[in-house]
Amino acid sequence: MSLELRNVEKKVGQDTHIYSTNLRFEKNTINILLGSTLAGKTTLMQIMAGLDKPTNGEIWFADKNVTGVAVQKRNVSMVYQQFINYPNFSVFDNIASPLKITGINSDQIKKRVGQVSELLKLSEMLDKRPNELSGGQQQRTALARALVKDSGLILLDEPLANLDFKLREELREELPKLFENRECIVVYATTEPSDALLIGGYTATLMEGRVIEYGKTIEVYNKPKNLFSARVFSDPPINISEIKKSGDTFSLLHDSVKWKNSNVDLKDGNYKVGIRPYNITTYKEGNNCIEIKGKVLISELSGSESLIHFRNVNLNWVSLSNGIHQMKVGQEAKLYMNVDEFMYFDQNNNLVNNV
Amino acid sequence: MMKKYKWLVPTIYILFLMLPIYWLLNMSFKTTTEIINTYSLWPQKFTFENYITIFTDNTWYTGYLNSIYYVVMNTILSVVAALPAAYAFSRYKFLGDKHLFFWLLTNRMAPPAVFALPFFQFYSSINLFDTHVAVALSHCLFNIPLAVWILEGFISAVPKELDETAYVDGYAFWRFFFKIFIPTITAGIGITMFFCFMFSWVELLLAKTLTAVAAKPIAATMTRTVSTSGYELGLLAAAGSLTIIPGAIVIYFVRNYIAKGFALGRV
Repeated sequence: MSLELRNVEKKVGQDTHIYSTNLRFEKNTINILLGSTLAGKTTLMQIMAGLDKPTNGEIWFADKNVTGVAVQKRNVSMVYQQFINYPNFSVFDNIASPLKITGINSDQIKKRVGQVSELLKLSEMLDKRPNELSGGQQQRTALARALVKDSGLILLDEPLANLDFKLREELREELPKLFENRECIVVYATTEPSDALLIGGYTATLMEGRVIEYGKTIEVYNKPKNLFSARVFSDPPINISEIKKSGDTFSLLHDSVKWKNSNVDLKDGNYKVGIRPYNITTYKEGNNCIEIKGKVLISELSGSESLIHFRNVNLNWVSLSNGIHQMKVGQEAKLYMNVDEFMYFDQNNNLVNNV
Repeated sequence: MMKKYKWLVPTIYILFLMLPIYWLLNMSFKTTTEIINTYSLWPQKFTFENYITIFTDNTWYTGYLNSIYYVVMNTILSVVAALPAAYAFSRYKFLGDKHLFFWLLTNRMAPPAVFALPFFQFYSSINLFDTHVAVALSHCLFNIPLAVWILEGFISAVPKELDETAYVDGYAFWRFFFKIFIPTITAGIGITMFFCFMFSWVELLLAKTLTAVAAKPIAATMTRTVSTSGYELGLLAAAGSLTIIPGAIVIYFVRNYIAKGFALGRV
């Protein structure tokens, strides 16, 4: 059992929404579609579900070509960003609805709805209407409906995006557990790199209708194929700068920052360097730290982390440090970059070396 | 000072609104002689005679039945025809959809008088003249566009993801439409029915033109002022009072939804 997209392309009028895409998701995996809004995540999912037809290309599921098969016959489940439930049904009937269609007897339905609602902590609310529930419970109902039938493909389109922070954290941790011991392929679309890292599995990075890269989440994160993939998979945004190497000497920003490093296996020349915000900190971290100075533009706190935006020469930088470090706007700041975590890209934006 | 008298303006406003209705009720409990000969703020000789006549004389009460008959028929026809149309306008894109939608609305602007002659000739030639069906169908001219317009607003307020979720769950289109979709937009359907009912109930010209005896509406009966027994002002006032009642009843049932319709900008 696997899901395969072969040269799938989607055009609406003159606009191309999805450029020719090849993807293969294996059985019992969680696959994350990571990209900003309008990257094509939802379109891709609708094509996978059978709600939308690709302009070109084929979709194969379990070694069968299902390209033209109606969604009702595909045995898929889907959860949307908006909390979609049937407002005139009780929570029980909402969860039971995919089972009722198949005509299983009512004892069986009761048992399965009971199990799923237990799992999603909805047992107390089965008699209520969806609009009497909180946002988190409404989304749990939608999830329960997706899980109650034995679908081979479960599509989750930003299921946590409309929840508040706490509920999101809670549900995000539960999610991967829900799919354990299930024979299915899960596809999870999100705009948040942190979602991808927490859930793990496999990740496809998307940008403007193109799949940039697909692979194990941790590998895509640590060794992004190119600058675009690195950019998609970084929040706050990754810092990118021109860098020059000659011999052991590296220099950034028109030679204003210079250091020696003999551990990097690179030919001499000009490169682009990608530095994740948490590798620029107010304190020294790692064995190879270099200093960078800049004028503070914004200093903000988020939870127990401090974000400092600063400007050096003609580039705006973002740094992310643990703990509370407040700086005055306009102040000259001194920060440290962990050289060992730098990612080097060639002039065609492809990754060349990553220590 | 201002606070103390803030009830004043609404009270005057309501008094002015209620005055004609009061006068109608007032007249309906008087005898015709009293109406013509004396000026009185309330009935000097209180009588139910007018109402009794209406409920016992079949030339009167069949008027009501005829009206209710074709109005209900028209309301059902309009909503049944408009539901699929509104769904299509809301969910699908097709060539000229926006123009068609606007054109539908312009039908609402056409004065019924324009269509009185062709309708009369047409229904006569297919033997539908003086039937309830004729009036019900002719009122579709303005009620279907209105119904499509109102329903489209309500349907567009339902996310299309609801439809998709149902398909994913395995619902075929019609099953989804009847089991899930229609119950979801009951408020919209209620409002739509109310407006169709109201516009069909108050329309006089087409109803009068297309009927003679068998399907004659109450409004047509009411507008004859002189009968064989002379002026019957008391009777007419009683008939008028009774004509207000069906509208009032329907308004009572949909009062909570009307605000929602206004909020969508479709009513």
